[in-house]
Amino acid sequence: MSDLSKKRVVTTEAPWVRYTLTGVALAFIALFLVLPLAAVFAEALRKGLDAFVQALREPDAWSAIRLTLLTAAITVPLNLLFGVAAAWCIAKYEFRGKAFLTTLVDLPFSVSPVVAGLIYVLMFGAQGWFGPWLAAHDIKIIFAVPGIVLATIFVTFPFIARELIPLMQAQGNDEEQAAIVLGANGWQTFWHVTLPNIKWGLIYGVILCNARAMGEFGAVSVVSGHIRGQTNTMPLHVEILYNEYQSVAAFAVASLLALLALLTLLIKSVVQWRHEREMKAAADIPPERPPQLKEAL
Amino acid sequence: MTAASLGVPLPGAAAPSRGGSKKVLPGFNLTLGYTLLYLSLIVLIPLSALILKTFTLSWPQFWDAIASPRVLASYRLTFGASLVAATINAVFGLLVAWVLVRYSFPGKKIVDALVDLPFALPTAVAGISLTALLAGNGWIGQYLEPLGIKLAFNPNGVVIALIFIGLPFVVRTVQPVLEDSERELEEAAMCLGANRWQTFTQVIFPSVAPALLTGFAMAFARAIGEYGSVIFIAGNVPMVSEITPLVIIGKLEQYDYAGATAVAVVMLVMSFALLLVINALQGWQRRRSGN
Repeated sequence: MSDLSKKRVVTTEAPWVRYTLTGVALAFIALFLVLPLAAVFAEALRKGLDAFVQALREPDAWSAIRLTLLTAAITVPLNLLFGVAAAWCIAKYEFRGKAFLTTLVDLPFSVSPVVAGLIYVLMFGAQGWFGPWLAAHDIKIIFAVPGIVLATIFVTFPFIARELIPLMQAQGNDEEQAAIVLGANGWQTFWHVTLPNIKWGLIYGVILCNARAMGEFGAVSVVSGHIRGQTNTMPLHVEILYNEYQSVAAFAVASLLALLALLTLLIKSVVQWRHEREMKAAADIPPERPPQLKEAL
Repeated sequence: MTAASLGVPLPGAAAPSRGGSKKVLPGFNLTLGYTLLYLSLIVLIPLSALILKTFTLSWPQFWDAIASPRVLASYRLTFGASLVAATINAVFGLLVAWVLVRYSFPGKKIVDALVDLPFALPTAVAGISLTALLAGNGWIGQYLEPLGIKLAFNPNGVVIALIFIGLPFVVRTVQPVLEDSERELEEAAMCLGANRWQTFTQVIFPSVAPALLTGFAMAFARAIGEYGSVIFIAGNVPMVSEITPLVIIGKLEQYDYAGATAVAVVMLVMSFALLLVINALQGWQRRRSGN
């Protein structure tokens, strides 16, 4: 520690500067992050716990919760499968157009959610490409659950691939090649070698994907049609209640989503800390094992 | 784990060439094929539907749709507010990243985790919550309104919502660069007689500038497309506080699909341009940190 404090004399600011900067940064965080979060819970409980519980026991609220869970339950596994496949071919091989493919994978992040919803309306809506065919076969995609799922898949498309590609690129192919040379097949290699190496990145990607899937508003709003009890997800239900001046009910449903956000942040932080600890532990292991070396001597 | 597979005879002897090490790992065709299929079905084909739809419009129709006064006003608001919000985010994001990396204070880990809140909190929740705070009868609004400051239901509200959603982009791009920056350079600068401010402007800032610019561009790109958090607080008055995504929704609700598509194409082109800029910035940042 004395060594560190000596360094600090050279490369840090005067205490008053440090305290001011920390104070301003914390005030900014409090004002822009903590206060809005606190407001959600305060507004939800403004008329007491009974009103809060009452709002959540509404059948429409329940069906919104169910639809949100269903959407996430379909979206996350599909994007997980895609994320792993995309990360495997992008990180493990060299091929022409790789940079372009990586950009395309990122593309949904930069498309406005409203545009994301619109493209599915143009594909499957009544006046869309497949509209007449779908109508003839009595299949509903837009203003129905499939459209909501599709729009959610689009907006959460890159999350898992995004986390895995840099991670797998950094880890290289050596361990996988060793496994293959030792006779493992591709699946065994993935399951026993790659997966343990990428598990933290995978969990990280999955929880971020899940949070966005459950909370998506803009894209889902375009394709949903807002049919109460049928095509309302939780964020859409919040909007409807809010616009009907049912403030407590709106904030009650919103507080569930805020709890989900807090849970996401918690898991994310735990994953991050564990990952850092593992990295540190791995760095501490000496390359040649000294005890064995000693035995040999 | 691999012990089970040790019994299998080594294929190394039978392998025709060791040189093609990239071909050792199986699954290239499968994963690339699946990636391209899924990408096409979910992203590329639907996006091309958008582009093709615009070809059903004649040039004058297209121009009318994307350049009517109401739409032009929405571009001005969307770009202006996004620019202001991203700039504020760049300043405070750098400050927050700096404080998180360089200083220690109680509760630092919680603050660090909380920075990602805008990524995790659904935008609609952020929207109604900020509105509840800033409306005339809200927690903050009730003290500001008597002073003549209105932050909700006008362009100010748009900027505030966009600051909220953009903050983590800057912090999370700048933070790792600050963590990796070499203290030795700062020490050298101090030894050569620079004061702290000179060290910051001449040594530290140039090294984080690419990351800061990347974060700024990401926050800006996100802000332009943002919908959920903005519409609650904006007031959505045409020509004054109506953002471009809302214009698209408005056209859709009037069954003006072609008009909605035309405005969406303008937004899409902007997104592509920003994506290219961000990619170039990230390349610059990698080269900087690589050398």
